[in-house]
Amino acid sequence: MNALTPHLSALQIILPLLAAPLCTIFRLPRVTWGIAMVVGVLCSFNAIAILEQVQSSGTIIYALGGWAAPWGIEYRIDDANAFVLVIISVINVFGILYARTSIPAELSEDRISWLYTAWLLCFTGLCGITISGDVFNVFVFLEISSLSTYVLVSFGTDKRALTAALRYLIVGTVAATFYVIGIGLLYALTGTLNMADLAQRLPEVTAHRTVLVAFGFITVGLSIKMALFPFHTWLPNAYAFAPNAVTAFLAGTATKAAIYVFMRLVLTIFPAGFFANSTIAYLIILAVGILGAFVASTIAFFRQDLKQMFAWSSIGQIGYMAIGLGLATSAGVAASFLHLFNHALMKTAVFMAIGCLFVATGSTTLNSLKNAGKRMPWTSAAILIGGLSLIGIPFTTGFVSKWYLVTAALELDMWWLAALVLAGSLVTAAYVWKFVETAYFRTDSNTTYTRSEAPLSLLIPTWILVIANIYFGINAQFTGTQALRAANAIFGFSS
Amino acid sequence: MQHHLVLNLVAKILIPFIILFALYVQFHGDYGPGGGFQAGVIFGAGFILYGIIFGKDLAVRVVPLPLVYCMTAVGVLLYTLVGVAGMLLGGEFLNYSVLLPDSIAGQHLGILLIELGVGITVASVMISLFFSYAQYTHRDEQQSDNQDR
Repeated sequence: MNALTPHLSALQIILPLLAAPLCTIFRLPRVTWGIAMVVGVLCSFNAIAILEQVQSSGTIIYALGGWAAPWGIEYRIDDANAFVLVIISVINVFGILYARTSIPAELSEDRISWLYTAWLLCFTGLCGITISGDVFNVFVFLEISSLSTYVLVSFGTDKRALTAALRYLIVGTVAATFYVIGIGLLYALTGTLNMADLAQRLPEVTAHRTVLVAFGFITVGLSIKMALFPFHTWLPNAYAFAPNAVTAFLAGTATKAAIYVFMRLVLTIFPAGFFANSTIAYLIILAVGILGAFVASTIAFFRQDLKQMFAWSSIGQIGYMAIGLGLATSAGVAASFLHLFNHALMKTAVFMAIGCLFVATGSTTLNSLKNAGKRMPWTSAAILIGGLSLIGIPFTTGFVSKWYLVTAALELDMWWLAALVLAGSLVTAAYVWKFVETAYFRTDSNTTYTRSEAPLSLLIPTWILVIANIYFGINAQFTGTQALRAANAIFGFSS
Repeated sequence: MQHHLVLNLVAKILIPFIILFALYVQFHGDYGPGGGFQAGVIFGAGFILYGIIFGKDLAVRVVPLPLVYCMTAVGVLLYTLVGVAGMLLGGEFLNYSVLLPDSIAGQHLGILLIELGVGITVASVMISLFFSYAQYTHRDEQQSDNQDR
């Protein structure tokens, strides 16, 4: 183990990168699932070991190929990305565990190995985005994860999955181009791509208008990747038509990595105060966050398909993360990190439960839900608890996130913002209620119901996450401390 | 297009040179312009030309589809394993200096193998892309044939 210690950060990338081609060679569905599962578990332990190492001995720096930064590429892990890395790796394990039964229900056998290949590559990319300390390397990993995500989405059973994937491909490519133009401008100004180096050099040239232009390009590019409100168009269909296990995995990981990079670039690399002091940028992010939370939640209310509904809800929840980020205080950013963790838990749980519904009834529309409360009590209860968590009912993780966000807003004397956040919960409550009404109260008294619960192999991973939702809602000690440490790490490379 | 005598003949003459040139671009990449990506594309283009002129069925006999899929994976594996070899020999991931006792020779060997991995993957991805398109037109033609009947 000790021999591995200095290499932990590289192993996080190497393991899934080795496993992905193995899945292409051994094309048997069970074998590829086994490979993905083993690698997923190893990576989770690895990520937790990294988090422990960061906390005991500070920032981890790994110079790839032995070339020291700023010339070489380095992985740089501090409290912020170690936390995000743990979220992504753990959600990944549950996603794969869930995929074992869920995927064969939707995919023909000869395509399953391709799915796991793409899945592992996507996971490689997401881990890479999170731990890389080089802005161009982040772009490369962003492309790895995006390209494999397009493939993953296109595996959906519905033919519309193909158009959803194509749309995501076009929008995602625009986003990546914007991002790379932004870092290109920064490179032209400073001559460096290393994050820590950029953070040192940018203050000297802040007066340059190029910095502002680069800031704009990077902001828009990453806003598309994280599906921030006006740039969200790719998300609803991509989530709705992807295979259920893929939706659950993506909902908990893909946008999260993009949000982390956004925070890292906007708040760490750009000079302190560049964002907070430029009133316009600050107001735009806040406004976009609030608008997103309201508009997307309202649209969610009018959706008849559960996957669509909760996909729109994801866009709304990303709005809340943007609000925390827009506050640009450590309390605000901590609230964003906390919500990042909590939202990954609740959305993955909800999408898994919707997948259970699909396996049991073959449909995810609201109509197929009638009497679901009696026919499949465990699945319905899982969606219900996930929904309550989204609203922010006490004793769920959502409550903790909202609490931190409201506190952060009040710290700045922004009463109106706190009021808006709470009002947003009401809109969320509206669409969750729509589910509750259909599943529990719309009963046809004539028909008799047979219990038709989803298989245990789907319910167990779902319920582990549901219980985690409640556990972290009651005991926020761990998540709260981690989020605060992450926020402090974002505001400077000192650990 | 098998009845086009000129195309037929020119392709037969050109393909060996295309593949040879691909290998030159591959292995001369250390010293001159070139490298795995470019070489892979040229190498793949040789097979694709063969497929276009002589038909997909013959091309599949030269490079069976499972082999092509396998090679896409082999290239990535080679790349990663060279990186891991650097780790096992006491350096960082992708540190080629430790591959051989002489660090400069190690760098040469490392980049040669890495680029070979890139070349293998790019070539086989190009070929598999061609095959998947060829497959679709084939299937569509069959469908339209059936409709005509």
